[in-house]
Amino acid sequence: MLLSSVLSVALLLSSAAVSGAPTLADDNATSEQIDALLKASWKLAGVSPSPRAPDGAWARRLYLDLIGRIPTVDELQAFAAEKPAERRTRLIDRLLSDEYRDERVAWQATEAAILLVGRTGGTTGNSPVHRPGLVQYLREAFAENRPHDQLMRQLVTATGSVRPEDEDFNGAANFLADKLADDGVQATARTAQLFLGVSVQCTQCHEHPFNEQKQSQFWELNAFFRQARVERIRDEDSNRRYGRIVDRDFLGQGVLRQASLDGSERAQIFYELRNGRLKVAYPTFIDGTPLADVMAERGLTDGDTGRLARVNRRAELADLIAASPEFARVSVNREWARLMGYGMVRPPEDMGPHNPASHPELLETLAEAFRQSGFDRLQLTRWIVSTDAYGLDSRAGVSNRDDDPSLGVPPLYSRFYLRQLSAEQIYDSLITATRADEGLEETERAAARRRWLRQFTTAQENDENGEATSFNGSISQTLAMMNSDVMRRATELDTSRWRPAPAAGSASLADAKPQGFLSSIAADPTQTDAQRIERLYLAALARMPERGERRMAEALLATRAGDVGQTLRDVWWALLNSNEFILNH
Amino acid sequence: MTRRHFLDHLAGAATLGTTALAFGRTVEAAAATLRRQHKSTVLLWMNGGPPTIDMWDLKPNTPTGGPLKPIATTGEALISERLPLLAKQMHHLSVVRSMSTREADHTRGRYYLHTGFVPNPNVVHPSYGSVIAQQTESLVSGLEIPPFVSIGGSSEGPGFLGMAYAPFQVDESGRVRDAQPLVEAERLNERLALLAEIEGRFAKQRRGAAAGEHAKVLGKTVSLMRSDQMVAFDVDQEPSAAKERYGDSGFGRGCLLARRLVEAGVPFVEVDFGGWDLHAGCFDQLDQKLPQLDQGMSALVEDLQERGLLQDTVILCMGEFGRTPRINGDAGRDHYARAWSAVVGGGGLQGGLAIGQTSADGTAVEGESHSSEDLMATVCQAMGLSLDTKFTSLNGRPMKIAGGGTPIRQLLG
Repeated sequence: MLLSSVLSVALLLSSAAVSGAPTLADDNATSEQIDALLKASWKLAGVSPSPRAPDGAWARRLYLDLIGRIPTVDELQAFAAEKPAERRTRLIDRLLSDEYRDERVAWQATEAAILLVGRTGGTTGNSPVHRPGLVQYLREAFAENRPHDQLMRQLVTATGSVRPEDEDFNGAANFLADKLADDGVQATARTAQLFLGVSVQCTQCHEHPFNEQKQSQFWELNAFFRQARVERIRDEDSNRRYGRIVDRDFLGQGVLRQASLDGSERAQIFYELRNGRLKVAYPTFIDGTPLADVMAERGLTDGDTGRLARVNRRAELADLIAASPEFARVSVNREWARLMGYGMVRPPEDMGPHNPASHPELLETLAEAFRQSGFDRLQLTRWIVSTDAYGLDSRAGVSNRDDDPSLGVPPLYSRFYLRQLSAEQIYDSLITATRADEGLEETERAAARRRWLRQFTTAQENDENGEATSFNGSISQTLAMMNSDVMRRATELDTSRWRPAPAAGSASLADAKPQGFLSSIAADPTQTDAQRIERLYLAALARMPERGERRMAEALLATRAGDVGQTLRDVWWALLNSNEFILNH
Repeated sequence: MTRRHFLDHLAGAATLGTTALAFGRTVEAAAATLRRQHKSTVLLWMNGGPPTIDMWDLKPNTPTGGPLKPIATTGEALISERLPLLAKQMHHLSVVRSMSTREADHTRGRYYLHTGFVPNPNVVHPSYGSVIAQQTESLVSGLEIPPFVSIGGSSEGPGFLGMAYAPFQVDESGRVRDAQPLVEAERLNERLALLAEIEGRFAKQRRGAAAGEHAKVLGKTVSLMRSDQMVAFDVDQEPSAAKERYGDSGFGRGCLLARRLVEAGVPFVEVDFGGWDLHAGCFDQLDQKLPQLDQGMSALVEDLQERGLLQDTVILCMGEFGRTPRINGDAGRDHYARAWSAVVGGGGLQGGLAIGQTSADGTAVEGESHSSEDLMATVCQAMGLSLDTKFTSLNGRPMKIAGGGTPIRQLLG
């Protein structure tokens, strides 16, 4: 009965065209390969996977993962109107098609910006990051599904101003703009974490406690960033100081600098051992390949030179990263973790022999396929969400009850793992479900969103740009869900502000509805009270109410002497505050 | 059907667990009275890593010493001339000059100093506040506000102890956002009963720990919303003389709020004082920061003493590491974990001591050194927690409280 009771309405929308994003021939092959490897691992572990998730729950997770919000009732109905055997594939096609491009690209950019500069980057007075500039760049890149290696290259090698109004604007420069101070220590650490899956930052001062990373490796990687420098541009209006990345010749550090001016072209850097001794480093990739050797193969004898005209160290680094096995591996592991709840390697920025993958063969297979695809991000996403594994129920069976990585065991992926929605996903879902900001002007909407998101983030004010979120299931989050202004607007029933039917020729169905989701339900004369309650459950949880839940709503309605509007408000508030709403499941 | 009937109807429903009433009807419970059988800890967290060589263990007239001079105190330790008010309280506090750790980046250092464990990909350890909140839970009856409050910063999380012991974060003004319910009490009860039905159904479906954790936090949230003890956060109720005494700074207000919370029975309060990552212009900034630290911290110690609470309140002041004795080209000091100082006192711990010593240039500890584990064991022992306490992490690994550290014996007198 799930969803099917609303099929008749769904027919209205089922003719919506599915455009763009052709399905490649090998799509299924890769997804099937993933499933085959997982099945083999379940057999080995002696577990049976959970059954297939209900369609509604599956659609909810796909919307959350691909466009960052839950589906509307209309969207669920369109989905339910498809043939059962095809509806999942069709929905994947649809969310990856041009129909949803703007929303998808906005969501990808939101997530990527958080990864690149955190939630606080560009939001405090002293940050050189121009967040809108970064988001603009990322949206352009994702809109054309720019290959992931190109994106990495642009971020790692960027020069120019972070601000869109400048002639030399380059939004990609925002990534390194806040990481080049202090000899580029953070640029080194974050580049290694994000694009190589290597945590080298603690080796800047001493050798890594768990793995073989040596202090020398950190500084040899750091040497690639020494031609880059960030200049500050003062914004006349806001008095903020933004960043501009410039490259210049690097002649080496310290006492030997004089020698390099004299003709020696080895531009070295120095670092200090724990015992206070100074050591020298030249650019060397993490696999031990000295840049000088790379250059020698191209016939350049002074590969350690810091002169830009001869060697652009960051460009060389980007090439080395793109060609490394680590780059494909860390990229697929991160996307896998995003979609499946946990990475095969955890945390994704600390890969290596000391921290083996839960499914090494699967990781390699996926990494190879990603490389073969030309680092096609959407293709990678499609492979993973098309698997049977992604479509499993989050409920555990008897045999896979212990498959719960939140308890510290390696994941088997024999069920879908619960995860908290991010603050961004919750807000956008709340707005989608409640239309709580319909009464606000466009600028007010954006400001309300920013305000709501900002309250959960704390910056640590240190040179690692550390930050923490309290949107992690805390009391603060729960208070915001129960009592905040957005929840007040979402659960308001103000008939005085109901809008009349839209003018003739209006394209959008949404325009025909009274302001706010709740009011539109309460005001719809074609619905019975039971149907109204059903619509609330569909909108919030993508499922129909169960018998006990129906009975409760009826009891409450009786208590309210048949005042369905007030009853709807209470049910709606309870749904939006439930674990089932705030979790992806 | 009357409202009473609606709730009774729910109470009889077979599908309904006890959770519905647990957060549906507490409003009717008599105002709780707090029984105080426990001690409290206030952690003054110097976020970013303070230059303890300029504060607690000065090296005057050496190349690494910097411009600040030491002054005598009411205890053994000599401290910075920028801390004259604290100098008069140092008989209550001891300086551990022999801290020596290995984590010199912020994220790892924060974690290690807050938990007594180095980061590990397979287990998230509980921080000081979460350990103490959980361990004192049975002693703290009637506390309706969270047992672990973090003022002005995020602190570190509860790890495998679960979100019920997570830090409750407020700013220095003590304002608790969104604490006012949208509807009146009886209607809120009805809404909570509906919520409990949906919540309970989902939590029972074996989907994983997060579903049940949410229900627990819901209960704590409702208890907080309804509590008269919320007044403890209202730092504005303090007389202006008290506000002046603690100083007109975020840190000062945070210390005043901490005192109110300790009085209200909160077992662990952290006050975050940020901006110590002094890679450049170290000494100019110390001229601003040290007077704030001096006023807020000295007022807290003295005020607790006057109220008879210092004996039951451990004070701990530290950051994630110290800073390099070497002064860099930007007149700054960089991260340095190998030799630094923490300050601790109250709660029955021995005050007035200067424990351990560093080399003439401050680069190394001479003689016995101490770790995060040792410091945490000291605080736990002072709090009356048994150091034989073992936790079991979620993957079944046994884990000693405070990372198995050994208390610093001089402090236990």
